[in-house]
Amino acid sequence: MTISIDPQKTNNESLQPKGWLRYFSFSLDHKVIGIQYLVCGFLFYLIGGTLASAIRIELASPMSDFMPRDVYNQVLTLHGTIMIFLWIVPVVNGAFGNYLIPFYVGARDMAFPRLNAVAFWLIPPSGLMLVASYFVEGAAQSGWTAYPPLSITTPQSGQIIWILSVLLLGGSSIFGGINFIATIIKLRRPGLKLMQLPMYCWAMLGTSLLVVLSTPVLAGTLILLSFDIIAKTGFFNPVLGGNVVVYQHLFWFYSHPAVYIMVLPAFGLVSEILPVHARKPLFGYTTMVFSIMGIVVLGLVVWAHHMFTSGTPPWMRLFFTIATAFIAVPTGIKFFNWVATLWGGKISINSAMLFSCGFIINFVFGGITGVALAQVPFDIHVHDTYFVVAHFHYIVYGGTVFIIFSSIYHWFPKVTGKMLNEKLGILHFIITFIGFNLCFAPQHWLGLNGMPRRVAEYDPQFQFVNQISSLGALLMAISTIPFLINVFLSVRNGKDAGDNPWNALTPEWLTSSPPPVENWEGEAPLVEEPYGYGK
Amino acid sequence: MTTLDSSKEIQKNNSEVNETHEDFRMFGLITFLIADGMTFAGFFAAYLTYKTVNPLPDGAIYELELPIPTLNTILLLVSSATFHKAGKALLKDKNSDSQKWLFFTAFLGIIFLICQLFEYFHLPFGLTDNLFASTFYALTGFHGLHVTLGTLMILIIAWQSRINGGRLTSQNMFPLEAVELYWHFVDGIWVILFIILYLL
Repeated sequence: MTISIDPQKTNNESLQPKGWLRYFSFSLDHKVIGIQYLVCGFLFYLIGGTLASAIRIELASPMSDFMPRDVYNQVLTLHGTIMIFLWIVPVVNGAFGNYLIPFYVGARDMAFPRLNAVAFWLIPPSGLMLVASYFVEGAAQSGWTAYPPLSITTPQSGQIIWILSVLLLGGSSIFGGINFIATIIKLRRPGLKLMQLPMYCWAMLGTSLLVVLSTPVLAGTLILLSFDIIAKTGFFNPVLGGNVVVYQHLFWFYSHPAVYIMVLPAFGLVSEILPVHARKPLFGYTTMVFSIMGIVVLGLVVWAHHMFTSGTPPWMRLFFTIATAFIAVPTGIKFFNWVATLWGGKISINSAMLFSCGFIINFVFGGITGVALAQVPFDIHVHDTYFVVAHFHYIVYGGTVFIIFSSIYHWFPKVTGKMLNEKLGILHFIITFIGFNLCFAPQHWLGLNGMPRRVAEYDPQFQFVNQISSLGALLMAISTIPFLINVFLSVRNGKDAGDNPWNALTPEWLTSSPPPVENWEGEAPLVEEPYGYGK
Repeated sequence: MTTLDSSKEIQKNNSEVNETHEDFRMFGLITFLIADGMTFAGFFAAYLTYKTVNPLPDGAIYELELPIPTLNTILLLVSSATFHKAGKALLKDKNSDSQKWLFFTAFLGIIFLICQLFEYFHLPFGLTDNLFASTFYALTGFHGLHVTLGTLMILIIAWQSRINGGRLTSQNMFPLEAVELYWHFVDGIWVILFIILYLL
């Protein structure tokens, strides 16, 4: 059976609201939904960033004087949950995926446009619910991991709202993943082979497989946890004969792949940006593809490296250490491929390129500490210290958030038809890069010297280094200002970009800026060599 | 089972009005069912871990009677067959036969749910009695939720296959095929659940 697309019914321009109003409508256009994801995610990023600033202000002094201890726990719980589930996952998957994937496969929209809109519109209500959970009596305070017995014994109303909100966000994520898989596998333009797809398609295919395979397990786990809280069952409550380690296994079966859900799309985006601004083909396309799929497979079998101090038996420690060390191989291949792409290229130093290079530097640092953390003797020493905090912020902020900014600088001309201001962009990069490294590099030292994470008070000997870290956080907060000014000024009266300001070869640049409702005036172009630069 | 047409060619003439593409709704449904299956896999993994690692306290009651669940297994397996008959009948344009088979399938689903509730009321343990009881109710309850949804969907498509004005015809088989696949999936999960929970 075939389905005929009747433009009268689907994306007829006269039926859809025009101008800025369409961003508040149940629009089925993948480009509108992509922007909805991005702006919504950025608003939550501002909230999460404010919470992060509050944490760093508190930690500038050893005593808990800025806020009480339980408020500190609530703030760090909300910070982690917002940043992961409402900023990084929706933006790096939903926003860029929705905007770019239909262009890359040569389609007019995603495979299931209505499901796509539903997936987005689940996010604002559940995000508001999550923020609201802070204001109820007894907000969630057991961290983004919600480990029992902490999550069972702390005040419960906030924790239940937290669980409901994360369940909804997980549902949104699964719907998105199904849509991406169907779009990439089934909706490709005739004649376009899988191995001709831009790298971001492969990254999104791998990510979506992880989403579909692991997010449901988190949903099941949180349902069991809510049973424990509401119905007083004993799944994870040792007092009633339950087992907390089972929660940790089930939780990390999702949440380790979640790390790849957050970082694999960034791998894809940087593979799009580097060749354009270095004017060279992407180095080692095939190895990149196999690396992504290797990371997907290995990423599903490394979760217990988060649990080396949870009484894991020796064979489990051995297996998960080796499996984790193996992940460094495909990741390393990708790292060297990016460096080789830059090697000898005609590099333009612009904001997009700077943020991408910042990503490579930060990411390799976070990757190395990751391999170190996978080694049991080392992990037992630094488990639950600031070393871990430094490690994953190097991955998710230094890695993914840098790429989100890089992508905004790269694709802003396509979305709006206007260029961003380069001077403000470079200023944004310099403050972010210095602030980020000033904030998180000292935390390695803090962790190695035994400062525990998630505690509002600490030994006074750590005060000076903590103050350096807080200064870095201040710079990171300031760095948002030039970015926001830049976006507002450029949307209003930026320089006209033209259809293809970077002379890029990937399909989204072969249409007008901003693109028409169904992406192309005529038929979708067949791009067989998305990286054929310098030929 | 599926009637996916392999015509992948986009009709190039008059592309503004008549663009067609392959029907991949079934593909999307299968992806969703894989995700749904992973939820059950998580529950099964938790249950099996508890069984091996967490001994129940002395005096905990965890005996299960076999007759009702065996009857339920047979009911669901038969309902899979009757659903298949409904699809066959619709394919031959025998809409009223198809509708009869669908109602019969829904009837079997309802009997299954009644038996399940009957079992719940007669079990010697409650939700919070011990770890085994909690996992038992969580697993069978989550599955029962799937059967309930499936039965509702069967009733909806049975209504849609009415002869005058029904949407479900041999030209529009997708709703029936989708619900059928979902129903087979729920049956398959029950068989695994029956083996792991009752027989092991």
